[in-house]
Amino acid sequence: MFFTSFGKYLLLLKSVFKKPEKASIYWKEIMHEMNSIGVGSLGLIAIISTFIGAVMTMQIAFQLVSDLIPNSIIGQINRDSSILELSPTISALVLAGKVGSSISSQIGSMRVTEQIDALEIMGINAPGYLILPKILAGVTMVPVLVILSIFLALSGGLVGGSLSGAVTASDYIMGITGDFNGYTVAVALVKAFVFGFVITSVAAYHGFYVKGGALEVGQASTQGVVVSCIMILATDYILTALML
Amino acid sequence: MITVQDIYKSFGDNEVLRGISAKFEPGKISLIIGGSGSGKSTLLKCMVGLHEPNKGKVLYQDQDFTRMNFEERIPIRKEIGMLFQNSALFDSMTVEENITFPLQMFSDMSKKERIDRANFCLERVNLEGRNELFPAELSGGMKKRVGIARAIAMTPKYLFCDEPNSGLDPRTSIVIDELIQDITEEYNTTTVVVTHDMNSVMGIGQYILFLYQGEKRWEGSNKEIAHTDVEELNDFVFASPFMKIAKEKF
Repeated sequence: MFFTSFGKYLLLLKSVFKKPEKASIYWKEIMHEMNSIGVGSLGLIAIISTFIGAVMTMQIAFQLVSDLIPNSIIGQINRDSSILELSPTISALVLAGKVGSSISSQIGSMRVTEQIDALEIMGINAPGYLILPKILAGVTMVPVLVILSIFLALSGGLVGGSLSGAVTASDYIMGITGDFNGYTVAVALVKAFVFGFVITSVAAYHGFYVKGGALEVGQASTQGVVVSCIMILATDYILTALML
Repeated sequence: MITVQDIYKSFGDNEVLRGISAKFEPGKISLIIGGSGSGKSTLLKCMVGLHEPNKGKVLYQDQDFTRMNFEERIPIRKEIGMLFQNSALFDSMTVEENITFPLQMFSDMSKKERIDRANFCLERVNLEGRNELFPAELSGGMKKRVGIARAIAMTPKYLFCDEPNSGLDPRTSIVIDELIQDITEEYNTTTVVVTHDMNSVMGIGQYILFLYQGEKRWEGSNKEIAHTDVEELNDFVFASPFMKIAKEKF
């Protein structure tokens, strides 16, 4: 069962990456999807990241009650956790729910209402036209959202930590600016790129092969989100093991 | 001309088509009729390449469509127009965008030429001025007409219609039938219609192929159908008391 699905997924990807019929139409679709995935998710990612950053700062401060440890370490731990894990992974899991379910249900509805058949009859490579712009938008916009998420998590930490009295602003800023290793950002961006691909392609796969009606479209959407989340966690582990 | 030779198609253990052969001529409306589950939609989907037959051939002129890969089929597909049962209009596009989409994808027409063509097609189906409406804003009959307008946008040589009258009132059904007939005559298209609408059978059925449990049971014209002695066909066509009376009057 797993190997059949995985084989179908790979064959679908092979069709997705065929030469586009007309680049200008695909370009328009890519811009539309970038707007939908990127701008459409901005608010949600901003709220989640800011609060996670603030809460993380307070929890780290709570756990590091010792005169032997400088308070600036709170900012440093928050920075590295946000860059390496929280911003890429939490953002990806949230996007899997928001963007993934939207992609699955959109493509699934097109399947059950014969719109995909209509594309194929016209001689259009339906996987390419429907899925390629989503994947390209995903691998571009998820890293952008992750960068934004990192900044907001660090800012949230500053505000949350200062307001709660967990850490002073100067200690926190000293922490997030000290001993910075740029490689951690590279790891975050690689993760974001892979997560962007997983979210869009897995959701599209579940929508593309849906059979039946509205009920099955809903089920495919749920299944797409669940599988995407598992894939995100698995690839997160693999990338962390490989890159750190 | 489309020739179907000895088509077999099964889904798992369920054999849906068994050895169907037929010829569909240009300038004529050919109807595929039969009860639910008789295999008529499956045959249509095998003809347009949405299903791959297990055995047999579909020939467009002399080209074997069944042996072609996706890329090889594209030139033939550009000559195909299809009207789907539920119209299959793209929800995210306006009426005009639906019609101009294949032109934008496959022709070098300028935007103005594409819009002119869309206006012509809309005029042809009596929907002038509805360019900016979305499919959700259209009635069932209007959706079918937009579907026809999209199908004829590329001036097709082959027109396929999957149950064009389903869900429509009798008057709108006749309008759709007349439209299909006019287009077939005007463009000399090879038109294949899957239907179980008896008004269509009697009205526009120049060639009729009757399927029964996946097999070809009868072929002929609407003039011959009243005089057939094929029991399954008589049970199908003249099922209602009204049609039985009508048959006696023939």
